[in-house]
Order: sequence, then C-alpha cells, then structure tokens
Amino acid sequence: MNPPALNVRNLTTVFDTRGGTVTAVNDVSFSVGKGEILGLVGESGSGKSQTAYSLMNLVDRPGRITAGRIELNGHDLAGLGEEGWRRVRGRRIAMIFQDPMLTLNPVLRIDTQMIEAVQAHSGASRQQAREIARECLVKVGIASPDERLACYPHQFSGGMRQRVAIAIALIHRPEVIIADEPTTALDVTIQEQILFEMQTLARESGTALVWITHDLSVVAGLADRVAVMYAGRIVESGPAAQILAKPSHPYTAALLDSVPARNPRGVPLFQIPGAPPNLLEQADGCAFRPRCPKARAACADDIPVLTSGEAAVRCLAPHRALQEALAA
Amino acid sequence: MLAFVFRRAMQSIAVLVLMSAIVFAGIYAVGNPVEILVSPSASALEKEQTSARLGLDKPLHVQYVRFLANAVRGDLGQSFAFGVPAMELILQRLPATLELAVSAILIAIALGIPLGLWAGLRPGTLGGRAIMGASIVGFSLPTFWMGLVLIMVFAVELGVLPSGGRGPTSPLLGVPVSFLSLEGLKHLVLPATNLALFNISMVIRLTKAGAQEAMLSDYVKFARAKGLAPRRIVGVHVLKNIMIPIITVVALQFGSVVAFAIVTETIFAWPGIGKLLIESIGVLDRPVVVAYLMLTVLMFIFVNLFVDLAYSTLDPRVRLR
Amino acid sequence: MPSNPWKEFVAAFATNRVALAGCAVLLVVMLTAVFAPLAAPQNPYDLGLLNLEDTKLAPGTRSAVTGAVHLFGTDEQGRDMLSAIMYGLRTSLWVGFVATVLAFVIGSTLGLLAGCVGGRLDALLMRVADIQLSFPAILIALILVAVLGQGVGKIITALVGVQWAFYARTARGAALVERNKEYVEAATGLGLSRARIISCHVLPNCMAPLIVVAALQVASAITLEATLSFLGVGLPITEPSLGLLIANGFGQMLSGKYWISIYPGLALLLTIVAINLVADQLRDVLNPRLQTV
Repeated sequence: MNPPALNVRNLTTVFDTRGGTVTAVNDVSFSVGKGEILGLVGESGSGKSQTAYSLMNLVDRPGRITAGRIELNGHDLAGLGEEGWRRVRGRRIAMIFQDPMLTLNPVLRIDTQMIEAVQAHSGASRQQAREIARECLVKVGIASPDERLACYPHQFSGGMRQRVAIAIALIHRPEVIIADEPTTALDVTIQEQILFEMQTLARESGTALVWITHDLSVVAGLADRVAVMYAGRIVESGPAAQILAKPSHPYTAALLDSVPARNPRGVPLFQIPGAPPNLLEQADGCAFRPRCPKARAACADDIPVLTSGEAAVRCLAPHRALQEALAA
Repeated sequence: MLAFVFRRAMQSIAVLVLMSAIVFAGIYAVGNPVEILVSPSASALEKEQTSARLGLDKPLHVQYVRFLANAVRGDLGQSFAFGVPAMELILQRLPATLELAVSAILIAIALGIPLGLWAGLRPGTLGGRAIMGASIVGFSLPTFWMGLVLIMVFAVELGVLPSGGRGPTSPLLGVPVSFLSLEGLKHLVLPATNLALFNISMVIRLTKAGAQEAMLSDYVKFARAKGLAPRRIVGVHVLKNIMIPIITVVALQFGSVVAFAIVTETIFAWPGIGKLLIESIGVLDRPVVVAYLMLTVLMFIFVNLFVDLAYSTLDPRVRLR
Repeated sequence: MPSNPWKEFVAAFATNRVALAGCAVLLVVMLTAVFAPLAAPQNPYDLGLLNLEDTKLAPGTRSAVTGAVHLFGTDEQGRDMLSAIMYGLRTSLWVGFVATVLAFVIGSTLGLLAGCVGGRLDALLMRVADIQLSFPAILIALILVAVLGQGVGKIITALVGVQWAFYARTARGAALVERNKEYVEAATGLGLSRARIISCHVLPNCMAPLIVVAALQVASAITLEATLSFLGVGLPITEPSLGLLIANGFGQMLSGKYWISIYPGLALLLTIVAINLVADQLRDVLNPRLQTV
C-alpha cells in the first residue's frame, strides 16, 4: 500500500519560557492520505498552529521540537539540515497562514513575491516564473492577473490576498498543504467560496490538505478525517462523518454541543464549563479532567490511546461505557 | 500634495522670521559689538562713527526692519568683523562643511547598517552583544572628546594622519572639494569619522531593532515557508522593510550633523561654517550669527520637506497629510 | 499575595548585570562629586596652593615641592588633575541634574496641561514643541547662549530651554491616554476639581515614562553643557566643569601632554555611559509593552 502523504508520529514541541517549560505539542500523531482532507480542530491555545509550524520546522525560539517523526510520502524529514528543510518548504509542503495582510510583505509587489517563490525551487527565468505565477493566479480565480501582479498587497481585499497566498502555495504542486485557519479573518460569504475552491483543488491535484480551524462547522462540510486537539494533545481522531455523528471523547461531544447551529431555539447556548488549562501547570493524566462530566479517579494517570478501526481516542470513558454495557 | 507643500512653506517662513527676530534682539541685548570691535582707547567720536557705519545707532526695530527688507533680497548684512557681506562669508565656507557632513552620513550608513544587521540577526551572541555595547558607548561619547582621542592616537602617537585642517581642494562641478586627492582624503578621514560617531551608533541601534523585529514577523515566517534562501530573506524582505525608517531618520539627522560639525570643525580646525559661527559668537558679529542660523534653518526645512515627500514615494502605504 | 512593587522593580532591574555595574559606577561618581571638597587631595581653585614648578607633570610623578604624588598629573598651571577632575565632576553633575529637574518640572507641567485641557493651548504648545524638537539641541543651545550670555544660571536656562520639549511631549501623550480612562471619569463624577484630578490622579500614572525620559536626558544635559563649555560658550572659568578642563588641555595635546584633556574626558565618558546604561534598563523595566510573562 502507498505510504500516506503525511505521517506524523509522536510529535512533541516544547517552549522554554521564563515561567517554565510549556509542552505546546504533546505526543501528536496523525496521518493524511493523498488527496485527503484532514480537519485539525481545537480552541485557541490548543497547540494547532504550533503543530503546523512544527511540521515545517518553523518553530521560533524559545520553542524547539524534542521528539517525533514526520514522514512525507514515506521519507523521514527528521534528519534534514537547514538547507534540506529549505528545499522541502514551499516545494513539497506548503503553508497558508491565517492573516495574509501580515504574511505578504507590504513593501514588495505581488509579482516579486510570487516570482521569488518560483525561483526558490527551480531554475526558471524571470519571464518564465512570471508566467507560472500568472497561471496560478488564474487557477485561484483572480481576474485580470497581469494587473494584479503589479499591485501591492494593501491594494487587495482580504479575500483576494488569501487567494494570492493559496496561489503561492500551489505553485510547486506540493504533496501536502497546511492551511492554518485561512478563512478565519475573512467574511463569511468569502469563506464559503474559498472552502469550496480548496476542496476542489485538493481533489483534482491529489494534494493532501491539513485544514486547521477552531470552527467545527467548517470541518463538517470539508474534511474526510478529523483530529481534535486539546491542550497540546490529540484527544480524538477518525473519519469525519463518524466522529461528528458519534463523538467518543467528552470534549468533542461538548464542542459539537456548543455549535450554535445545532442548538434548538429558545434553549440557552451550551458552554463548556471551566476554562482552557494553563499549560504552565500541566499535571499528569487527562488535561480535560477539570471540565469533564465523565471524569473519574483513573483519569489522573496517563491515558492510553484506544483505537478502533480508523478512529482513535485518548479517553477512558468509551472503554468504560463498553464494559458497563457488556456487564449489564 | 500641493496644499501640503504650501502649508509647509508658510510654516517655514514663520519659523524663519521668528528665529531671526529672537536672535537679532538677543544678540543686541547681550552687548554692543562696537565695544569689541574698536580698540579700548578709541575716542567717543570714533565709537560713534563706527556705530553709524555699522548702522548700530538706529533703534532696534528700525534695524530689524532694515534687516528683513534686505534679507528678502538675499543680503543679510555685512560682517562687523570682516567687513564683507555675511552671506558671502558663509557661502565661501559652506562647501567644506557640506563635504564633512555628507562624508559623515555616508560613513554612518556604510558602517552602521551591516553592524546593526549582524546584531539584529544574532542578538544573543557575543558578537551581537558586543556591537550593542559599543553602540551605547559610541552614543554616550561626547563628540569633542572622541575627536581629541582620535587626534591623539592617529596624529600624535601613530603619526599617520594629519591633526587638523583641510586638504588641498580641486573643483568638482564648480565647487571646491577635497576628497578627490589622497592628501585631501587623509585630512577628511578623522573629522568625518568623528562627526559620524553619534550617527553610527544610532543607525546600529535602529537597524538592530528593526532587523530583530522583522525576523519575528509573519512575513518572514511566510517567506521561510516558501522555501526562500536566508540571504534573500534578509537581503530583500527584511532590508526593504527596515531601510525606509532608517534612511528617513538618517536624512532627518542631516541638520543635526551640520550643527554638530561646529564642534568637529573647532577641534580639527576645519574651515567650515561651524568654526565661523563660534568665532562670530565670541566677537558678537551679529550679521554672521544671524546669517548662519537662517541658512541652517533653511537647510533643515528643505531636508525635512524632501524627506517627507520622498517617504510617500518610497513607502506605498503612506499618504501625505 | 501582592508583592512589594519596589522589590519587584529592583528585582526586574537587577536582571541586567551590565546595568547594575552602571549603577555602581554612577554611585561612585556621585559620591565623588558630593564629597569632592573633603576627598580631593588639593583644592584646585585656591591659587595660593599652586606651585609653578609643578606644572605639566606626567601622571604618577612626585612633586618636587610638596612631595605628594599626582595620580593624574598636573595641568599647565600646576593644578592636581585628580582634584580638578573631582571638582569638575561636581560642577558637571550639579548643572546637569539641576537643568534636568527644572526641565522635568516645567516641561511635564506644560505637557500635562496641554493633554488635560486640550484645545488651543494644546495645539499651540505642541506646535512650539514640535518645531523645537526638529532642531538639533546644540543649535538651540547655541542660540539661547548667544542671546542670554554666559554664567551658570544662564547655561542652566539654556539647557532647560532645550529639554523642556521632551518632557512636554511625553507628559502630553501620557495625559491623553489617562484622560480617557475610567478613573478620571469617576473622579470628575465625584466633583473633584480639575487641578486635583490632574495633579493627584493623572500625574502619578504618567510618571513612569517621564522618569525614563529624565534618566535619558540627564546624560544629554551633561554632554551638552560639556560641549558648550568646550566650545568656550559654556560655564565661566571660575566654575570649571569637565568640558572646560578638556578644552584647557586641548592645546597641550599636540605636545604629548595628553593627560590634561584625556583624564577629565574619561571621567565624563564613564559618567555618561553609566547613566545611559542605567537609563536603558530603567526604560526596559518600566515599559509595559516589554513585560513578558
């Protein structure tokens, strides 16, 4: 069987802060197949962005990756040096960031920023690179690309800037694209459009897509598989349809319950009690314990990952439920 | 754009007039130049004659009005001490000062930006911290003391560079400059470096702060995610973003550099307008002092205006108020 | 449990060891300046004590007349350089501090008024300050000195005239921010007079940036005075500061008698570097934006 496009095993990234060591990405494992879309879901501070940066070795000081394997189509990326990583970034793995106003350099023109992306990984001439850039702009649905190429980022609307970022990601037809909340900063209507377009592009080119978001409803329509993050760990993962219909982890269930669209009118909106944990004070066991309706004493110890078929969950509750059902 | 320039022009004229009035009145109040210019044993009649000749016997406001009327025509009065038009005196010495000032600025940029980049890209290292430490020292050094040290080390102890004066000049586009000959350069090096010192420190600190901030920015992260080579990231992305504020500040410092040249020219006996100013203050040669100040203020105004205009073309996001 | 804000401040300040070293140097300098008349080996301004045979002695030589060792040599009039430096430090520091304090008080008051009262007063004051700030300090100082003449009081006035604008701008900026905060509304609601609100409520919250400005400006004031004295338009000879000492020694440098200029210069340099180091750290500690978790 073909190796998955992206296979992440036991990835751990820590930050050495003045207050102590924070484990932002804690033993994270997931995989995405060719042409597959994985939705990585979590609240702010759950570690999803840091996971994305870790996948491209872009973690800034004081953070560092301490453990884990990242396999791109079967090749382990761990041993790569700076130059090796540079060759991978943009060519084999590409990333789309959340706010294109911040990620596109404001003092450089669009064509400059796209041409350099082309020339970073190919010997193309300036003319050829410009042609490629132009084609990519067309692919993402930007009209009159020649005029647009001569513009500066601030002359575009938010949606258009994000399309440019997507175009840049597509230039070298990477095997994996990581999109870190790309539509969060945009209008809802544009969001829908871009979601749809990304989905089509992924299917057509066979690119594996990791879509990071805090919004479950986005994931519902888009992703094939879902992975839910909490306090740096993946607490549940599996096929999207299955997880969203029947979540095994209490946190996933709670997240689903908090989606306003699911709420019947007149009933107060559901909120998960408590607050996200302070990562500086990480205790043993499950991080969701203080807020979990199904917490028991056993949850204070290390929770193993239970797999069943294509799904996995880091929780004792489903097993307990099963045992109780069997005993009954 | 035109409204902006017009408003600036009006403001500038107001400043010029105000400045001239203050200085005019002030120097008049400090003392009577006649006392200094004539020998102590001169008779009262001689003093009166000198007064009349210099126009000092009229009441102050009359003198001032006369001054303004002449100023508009470009005549800023005659130097009491030298007897030639003040403007002529200053224009004669101006090229020397400008040469010094421009050299100083060029040195500051040529040394400051690379050093600042190094410190900004490697902030925790020994080299980075050493550069920042040196910049604090450079910033704190009084210009005049540094000049003395430079003379002591290079002229007295090592004997490789001259201790003062300007080298031989040759005309460039009609203006006498001294940097075209080796001898001229030798005379230029020490005073230009002395004058550049404060600015080098400032450029280093600015560049370092800018580079450090830029390296943590999202657009640099994005550039790295695209797989760009580090040299391109620093050389194009970072540099272009930090250059604009740095060049702006440096250009705005031009006026300061010309003003500080007063000290450097005094130490190195450089025949520029700064040295002239100190001498004139000493002998209460009011027309020269006023002419110097007017000229400097005018230079400032032009540089500020130029920088503001240039800024709006360099940074595509800026709109002029 | 709320910890003592002073202790926190000192702890935060102490994290930078170089700044601590600067503090130590500054302490030594200030003590020297304060106790100069007691600690100096010789009163350099008592003409009766000078011996003409002792002129221009190199550092470390023993005087043939008095038998005392001149650690830093003597100048062309036979004055012991160490004593001259100590007295010079005294004058330099004194002028610098007085000018800074005065500029602080005047500038901050004007700035607070401009920020809290607003309107035309604000516009006028800030226009003047802006125009003044766009000129180099030395130029303004020279103009003021040319107009006012020489003498300690006049020099201090000139320094204040140069520096008030920094405090005014900072105070105004801080006042504008504080003015919109709720505690001002609350105080106004309680019926407190404007003056009381400004002085007792707004002012304490503006102090942090003002103190930082003051710390940075002290060094500036001292340097400016030294430069003016060096140029011959600063303090009179009867109250020499380090600048004047350096100027005096300038003529002797070319004949190799460097110590008359260089040692006062070193003293000046040390003082200013120490002040700048301390001020830099003060600014980092007091800057709320730089406070990381």
